[in-house]
Order: sequence, then structure tokens, then C-alpha cells
Amino acid sequence: MDIFGRLTLESLPFYSAVAASGAAVTVLGGLAVAGAITYFGAWRMVMTQWLSSVDHKKIGIIYIMLALVMLVRGFVDAAMMRSQQAMAYNNEGYLPPDHFDQIFSSHGTIMIFFMAMPFLSGLANLIVPQQIGSRDVAFPFMNSVSLWLTTAGAGLMLISLVVGKFSTAGWTAYPPYSGVQYTPGVGVDYWLWMVFISGFATTMSGINFLVTIFKCRAPGMTMFRLPLFTWTIFIASVLIIFAFPALTVACAMLILDRNFGFHFFTNELGGNMMNYINLFWLWGHPEVYILILPAFGVFSEVVSTFSQKRLFGYISLVCATIAIGFLSFTVWLHHFFTMGSSAKVNSFFGTMTAIISVPTGVKVFDWLLTMYRGRIIFKPPMLFTIGFLVTFVIGGLSGVLLALPPVDYMMHNTTFLVAHFHNMIIPGVLFGYLAGYMYWFPKAFGFKLNEKWGTRSFWCWIIGFYVAFMPLYVLGMLGFPRRMEHYEIAAWQPHLIVAWVGAVIILLGMICLAVQLIVSIRERNEALDLSGDPWNGRSLEWATSSPAAPYNFAVLPKVEARDAWWDIKRRGVAYERPLEYEDIVMPKSTYAGVVIGVAGGVFGFAAIWWMWWLALLALAVIAGTIIYRASDDDDEFVMTASEVKAIEDARFEKLAKAPKNEMADDPGYAGEPAAEPAT
Amino acid sequence: MTSVADMTVSPRDVERYEEKDFGFWLYLMSDAVIFACLFATYLVMVGNAAGGPTPKDVFELDRAAAETALLLLSSATFGIAAVALSAGERGKVLLWLAVTFLLGAGFIYLEIDEFAGMIAEGAGPQRSGFLSAFFTLVGTHGLHVTVGLCWILVMMGQVYFKGITAPVASRLMRLGLFWHFLDIIWVLIFSVVYLPGLL
Repeated sequence: MDIFGRLTLESLPFYSAVAASGAAVTVLGGLAVAGAITYFGAWRMVMTQWLSSVDHKKIGIIYIMLALVMLVRGFVDAAMMRSQQAMAYNNEGYLPPDHFDQIFSSHGTIMIFFMAMPFLSGLANLIVPQQIGSRDVAFPFMNSVSLWLTTAGAGLMLISLVVGKFSTAGWTAYPPYSGVQYTPGVGVDYWLWMVFISGFATTMSGINFLVTIFKCRAPGMTMFRLPLFTWTIFIASVLIIFAFPALTVACAMLILDRNFGFHFFTNELGGNMMNYINLFWLWGHPEVYILILPAFGVFSEVVSTFSQKRLFGYISLVCATIAIGFLSFTVWLHHFFTMGSSAKVNSFFGTMTAIISVPTGVKVFDWLLTMYRGRIIFKPPMLFTIGFLVTFVIGGLSGVLLALPPVDYMMHNTTFLVAHFHNMIIPGVLFGYLAGYMYWFPKAFGFKLNEKWGTRSFWCWIIGFYVAFMPLYVLGMLGFPRRMEHYEIAAWQPHLIVAWVGAVIILLGMICLAVQLIVSIRERNEALDLSGDPWNGRSLEWATSSPAAPYNFAVLPKVEARDAWWDIKRRGVAYERPLEYEDIVMPKSTYAGVVIGVAGGVFGFAAIWWMWWLALLALAVIAGTIIYRASDDDDEFVMTASEVKAIEDARFEKLAKAPKNEMADDPGYAGEPAAEPAT
Repeated sequence: MTSVADMTVSPRDVERYEEKDFGFWLYLMSDAVIFACLFATYLVMVGNAAGGPTPKDVFELDRAAAETALLLLSSATFGIAAVALSAGERGKVLLWLAVTFLLGAGFIYLEIDEFAGMIAEGAGPQRSGFLSAFFTLVGTHGLHVTVGLCWILVMMGQVYFKGITAPVASRLMRLGLFWHFLDIIWVLIFSVVYLPGLL
């Protein structure tokens, strides 16, 4: 057996200029980052303060950086597809079919697994412990393992651009096409192992956040006083724990089929390929809600803060979240009505799909009624929220159409479907996470993002979205199948050119995001957030300093009402200092998480290329690290009261310079007396 | 070797252990879903023998019964270790963990022997959809038991070197959850895979 398995020099991308330039950009990007760290002499800082950190806020920031990098990569894929389809009428375009197929596969994989999921984990890490008045997540070390295993998955994604080819089987990898008979080579194995590894990481995150929210709340923070974002992370965690195993199993079986000759999903010897599709969507549909519920949570926070009003219908929003979580397990078959189940089965799943739009509708009305008679401030996060409300309803309507099995038979595998789910995911997930990014940025870094560029980015995104995706609805009606590399029907091309223009406008939105970040960093001194409460916020994350101290709260807050921070401010007891600070026990930094992550990535790479000795070695490293770590009873240290006092002294010095938030009266809603202004 | 242990636990540590126990329960729930998917797949594929061996041809009741006996017994001996743990008797904890380990290792031996025999007879997982599902379901359980055996060894080391401290006791409790959980899964495998296959 060769020590390099099936890895040879032919695996390098010198066979095509486009592939080679993609690889070059990836390699140069990596070198540029390493070079920049070296140039600034920051290796020690990166190692000791970031790679080994178990602080949930730093872990959250790394997750979001990963998500933004992968957003760029996923967008480049999208732009390449739109360009190909815009030009490929009666000609081959610039991408050969094999390459085009890799691009739509990697686009979906990246956007779901390595953009949306890390973004979600990042926001949850950054905010949830602060919102519930906790000093950290329940399992800080496991949190670090989750982060680095997710990063290992994303790393394999980037490596696939340089070494070997990626899957051509779409982001869902349906057999039998994804089986070894029809797709030999490493592409599908790349997909399988990166999804398997990052899926493990996500399951651990789900457990971590469920325990955190259940067990680590501040005194008085009852479940029905939790901010909506925390509620949505809570339900998303439940969904993760129950849904991700199905993905793990589906991936493991396909791995066994491809690499060891099993017959789970093959055409012959008793394989059953539909079983894969059932297992995949048994995970895949809850996954949609795992992604979108936290975005709903962000919208709930943003709409209430920037309407300067209590959230309308808190209980109904919580109940709707729970209902969606439950129903999300009852609709998976609508992804394959055309499988040929009986009419009764199809109509059951069609009906459930229509029903799941009801709690979602409840939420939309709650947000609208929160804005009603509010004093709305149109900051970028609020713009993204309003853009979401309008756009998401359109996507919801096309979803109700697709929920009807007869209609779905017509639309199946056309771009109508592509338009529909982008119409849900771009406003529903991406706008939500971008709103969260702009809303909570000051909490992470201590200064606000530039609003002018944020607003520009918003307008480019929303206009670009409509221009790019509305034509796809029309194209779907015209019978344009998804994933077409070239075509011979003239009537399709104008729509595809319009969609390409839309992609260009979205590109401008991406550029505005980048400019916003650069401008904000350069002009940070003009937008400093000294108080820790830049938006006059309502939930407890605004009670900490920006960026928050390592322990978040020197004294754990006492919660007496919903909108805990608003309530504390209104009672006039905000920013009270205790007579004496106490020692705080903190988790120690450790490199064990990053070691497990790197070993996980090496394991994945070795398994993809059949270097089994290396795979076993990596597993041994992981096992050794876990045993070492599990035998270490000394994983915490004490921050003394005087150290805490020094940090808090600096915090209150800054606070004294900060502009005071106006506590305007809180306009109530029908049937409720308006709240009293602060005295 | 009597209990030397320092079992004074601060309220904060009690909370930490409760969090860990709760988190471990959640992991077990998640793992249960993995097994649920494997069971469902097995039931879908049990008829897909593709002209090859069927359950009747490959299962042996004696062996399945012996495996069941070993694993159930190992749960009982783990229970005795847990009693010794709460009594703080380090020697007995070590002894009964060792017995548990041997019983579990016996189970794994029987399973590997079964798998090797089937593969030698041409009834390996590559033969049919039914056998793929069988090997994966039972093999996944066996893999869990193997991890459990390693964990028992690690914990024996910890009990030996650290004594029965609060963190060690807390870990042993979770190991117990894991071990008994695998027992329940095995009972399901016995009733869903072996019994219907032979009756």
C-alpha cells in the first residue's frame, strides 16, 4: 500500500486555468494571512489569546470571521454560475460541465455548512451567555473543540479547491449518482468527510447551548423572561441534537458504500437509495429551521430595540418558535414529492407544510405590531429587518404554492424552487445574521460599524436579491431546470442576463460590507461605544462593557422582568457598583481544542485519500488528547477580586465619559398602560 | 487501600457536575437517535437479501444469548462498582470495574468472532443490503462498547492514581450512564435483529 493512498501529482489543478486560478487564490489567501500575522509580529498573540482561548466571546468572533470568509467563497461560486448561465445559450460558456457541477455543489455546501452554521454558532457564542447573565457557556472546552472541528471541515472545503476535485453531486449528494459507480474519485468523499466532521462539531455545540440556557441563567432569569434570541437558540439546539444524528448516519452509510463496498444506497444487491434521501431530509428540513430560527431571534431583538418598544406578543413568539421546532420534523417528505409515495402520504406532508407557515405568519404579525406606533430608528440592522419582512413573505407564498404536491410536480427541479429557497434563506437567514453582525459588532469590539456603508450594503443586497432571483421564478415557469450548464432555448437567456445583473448588484453589496469593515476600523475612534449600551438596548448583553470583560458580569445581575436590562435601567439601578468584588473562577486556556481540530482535519484528509495509517495516527492523537484532558482536574483558575476591581475601575472610568442613554417613555400597546419613564 | 478521598464539594462544583450530567444525558439522547436511524434502516433493508444469506442462515441463537448474558451481567457488575464508589471503597471499585471490563471484552470477542465467521462464509457486509445494515447496526453498537472498554480502563487508572475524588466519581457516574445505555441498545438489537430473524 502506498503511503500517499490515492494522492498523486495529477491531483493538483493544472488541468484547467479556471481551477488553477481558484487554487492559486486559495493558497495566496492563506499565505497572505500568515504573512500579515508575521508582519505584525502577532503570532504569539494569535496563539495565546485566540487559538487556545475557551472564552465564548473570542470563539464567537472566530466563528463569524470563518463565516465571512466562506461567504466570500460561496458568493464567488454563485457569481461564476450566474456568468456561465448568462452566456451559455447555444454555446459552452467558459466552464466545462464537470467544473460547473463542482461549483454548484460547493456553493450549496459552503453556504449551508460553512457560512450559515458558523455564523449561527458565532452569534450564539457571542451573545447567549451575556443575554442570560452567565459568565460562560456550560462547557467552555467542548466549545473550543466544536469551533476547531468546524474549522477543520471548512479547511477541507478550501483544500478541495487545491488538491483533487470537489463533488459534482450537488450539496445534497443523492445516490446512486453520488455512489462510487457513477462518481468515482475523491469529490464526494471530500463532501462526506467535511460534513461528517463539522456535523459532529455542531452536535456538540447544540448540547453545549441547551445546557447553558437550561442551567446557567442568572438569578431571576426564568424561561419566560429569556430574550427571544436566546429562545430561538434554545429551540435550534433541541433541533440540532435530534436532527444532526440523521445526517451523521446518512453520511456514514454513504462513506461505507463508497469506500468499503457496502450496499445501502446502490442500485444492485438490495440497496435502497430512497433511504438516503429520507435520512438526509430528516436532518435537512429541521436544518432549515436550525438556521432560520436564530435569525428570527435576531429580528425580534432588533425590531424591539429600534422601535424603542417592548416586543409585541412575546408569549406568542415563543410558542410559535416551539411549534415551528416541532413541526419541522413533520415535513421532510416535501423535498421529494416526486419520489412517488402514495397520494395520501404526499397530501399529509403537503398539509403539514402548509400548516408550518401558520406560526411563521404569527411571527411576522408580531414584528409588524412591534413596529406599529413605535419610534423607529432606521439603523442598518433595522433596514435588514424590514427588508426581510417584505421579501420573506413573498418567499413564504411561493413556498405555500410548492407545498401542493400537484404544483410541486410541475415545478420540481426547476429554478422556481431555486428562487423559492433563496427567497427564504437570503432574507430569512443571511439578512438576519448580517443584522446581528451589525447590531452586536460594538459588543464584540467596542466600536460601531459605519452606518453609511451598512445602509449602502443593505440597498445593494435587497435590490440585487430581487433582480437576481425574481427572473428565476419566471424561468422556472418557463421550464428551465436547475443546474443547467448550457441550453438551446433563446427565451431563457434574457432572464438569465437579468439575474446576472442582480448578482453584480449583490457583488456591490459584498464590497460595501468589506468597505464598511475597513472604514469602521480606521475611524473607530469616532464611533467608540464607551457605555456598552450603544443602542439603548433591552436585554442583558448591553449591561456588560464593550467588549465585555472575560467574566462578562463582575456581579451576576438580578432579573425581575422581561427585557431585563431595560427594566434595570428604568428602576434606576443600572451601573451600581458593589461594595466589594469577589474572586471569580474562570476556565483555563488550552491548546487541546485546536489539537483535536487539526487532528480531525488531518483525519478527514487522510480518509479522503485512503492514507489509512495517517487516519489512524490522527485518531490516536485525538484519543490521547481527550484522555489527557479528561484526566486533568486542574482546568480552572481564580481571577482575584483585586484583578476584577482593576478591570471594573477602567470600565467605570469609560462609562463616566459615555453619553447617557435617554430613557424615553415606553409606548405600550392596546390594552396595556404605557410604561413609566425612568426617574 | 481505603478511601482517602477528599469528597468535600463546593456548591459551584455540584452545579458543574449537574451540568455535565445533563449534557451527557443530551448526548445519549442524540446517540439514541443515531441508533434509531440505524434500526429504521435495518428494518427497511432486512428483506433485501439479494439472493444471499437471510437472517435465518447467519444468526446463531446460542451466541446471541451468550452475548446478551455477558453484557447484562456487566451492567450488574458495574452497578456493584457504583455501590462501592458511594461507599468510598477504592479497592472494590477497581475490582468490579475490572470484572466489568472482562465481561465487556468477552462480549466484543464473541461479536468479532461472529463477524469474522460470517465474512469467511461469504456473508460479509458487501454481500447485500440486509448484511450492510446488519453489520452497521451491530458494529456501531460494538464500536460503542469498545469505546466504553477504553473508558473503563482510563477510569480504572484515575481511580488508582487519583483515588475517589469528586471529579473522578462524577466521571464514573457518567460512564455508568453510558454503559447501561449500551445495554438497553443491545436488548433492542436482540429483540429487533436476532429474535425475529431466528423465529
